[in-house]
Amino acid sequence: MALVRLRGPLKRLAGDRSEQSVEAGTVCELLRRLEREHPAVDGWILDERGLIRRHINVFVNGECVREDAPVAVDDRIDVLPAISGG
Amino acid sequence: MTELLVGTKKGLFVLEGEPGGELEVKARAFAGEPVEYAMRDPLTDRLLASVTSAFYGPKIWYADDPAGEWEQAGGVALPEGGGAALERIWTIVDGEGDGDRALYAGGDPGVLFESRDGGASWELNRALWEHPTRPGWQPGGGGLCLHSIVPWPDDPDRLAMGISAAGVWLTEDGGSTWRQGNKGLVARYVPEESREETTALCVHRLHRAPRRPERMFMQFHGGVYRSDDAGESWTDIGAGLPSDFGFPMAIDPADPDSAYVIPLAADMDRVTPDGRVRVYETRDAGESWTERGDGLPQENAYLTVLRHGLDRRGEGPELELYFGTTTGEVFGSGDAGASWFGAAKHLPPVYSVRATR
Repeated sequence: MALVRLRGPLKRLAGDRSEQSVEAGTVCELLRRLEREHPAVDGWILDERGLIRRHINVFVNGECVREDAPVAVDDRIDVLPAISGG
Repeated sequence: MTELLVGTKKGLFVLEGEPGGELEVKARAFAGEPVEYAMRDPLTDRLLASVTSAFYGPKIWYADDPAGEWEQAGGVALPEGGGAALERIWTIVDGEGDGDRALYAGGDPGVLFESRDGGASWELNRALWEHPTRPGWQPGGGGLCLHSIVPWPDDPDRLAMGISAAGVWLTEDGGSTWRQGNKGLVARYVPEESREETTALCVHRLHRAPRRPERMFMQFHGGVYRSDDAGESWTDIGAGLPSDFGFPMAIDPADPDSAYVIPLAADMDRVTPDGRVRVYETRDAGESWTERGDGLPQENAYLTVLRHGLDRRGEGPELELYFGTTTGEVFGSGDAGASWFGAAKHLPPVYSVRATR
């Protein structure tokens, strides 16, 4: 299973656990499974279209990816707010 | 004691105090997050706030104590798998009636949500979402924002709404069907030959006179209007103002002929005209306007007040008015606008002001 690492409010919404093991074939599938396991996360990372929110970055093994990126066993997925704001 | 809920670019500020002097910051919530709007439900005393995190998207939150724990409301989203995402919740309004009465929330892209449990859960109004004219709706500079929701006293089935830039929408059956009420509005920002047909009608703010509910007032994108037929048609009442461009508007509920506006110089120059901050008041339904600037900055003051930046509390001679600026100041009046005082300063840019108690 892939290892998902969460911080800040996402960690709190996901049962206050900073690391979660999730089995999935793509980033989108992984995030949907995370939502099903922790319904409070619903709408915080993916929007209604199934797209990663504009100012959230998802990394697979350190590479910034989009929703359809493949995920393999033992991959490490980081979900982080982008550097933005004002 | 007056309570102001001030939504800012960096959180919600709850101010309290007596009219006449600076109010005290009693609580701050959602530190660092943009709070577009906050209100207190008069029936339950519950606070509701719309917050659009730059990272995590728009949410509605509710709490009984602003300094305590806020709960995230459910259902504030568009249908999954479609081509659109909810961008922002612009306003939250309490409807008419007692036990079963609704709360409404308006947002971008031109959507209405309804809650029947005091704001804990929300449901999208499908009739408006699926309206056949929707593909032709155009967003204004702030998005396709449903910003004004105006109930009809004692009739929960009648609502008027303002959408920028999709005009005025009316229902008499509780939102099962919607029709437009745009007759008389002149979109000066489109070519003359297109003005009759255009539906790109940029309503900035809408209010109803509760003691004569067919009487409504509107600040338009260039134009101030009055309706005497419940929003079916509109008459321009902007003559006499230094500019008929602006965003916020308020009324005195005791006087159906009253309205307050804060003119900005122009579409392309959205600051108070001539470096002077002035509120304008009519007491004859727009036949004439009176300048109300006593106590407000009158030199080198180029301020901007957004559409939800002005609100009132009470009515008649004791009407209180409050407005906040994008430079973080809040001004108040305890005498229906005759004189003004500084209510707060050094806040983040003010998005909305709601006077609740």
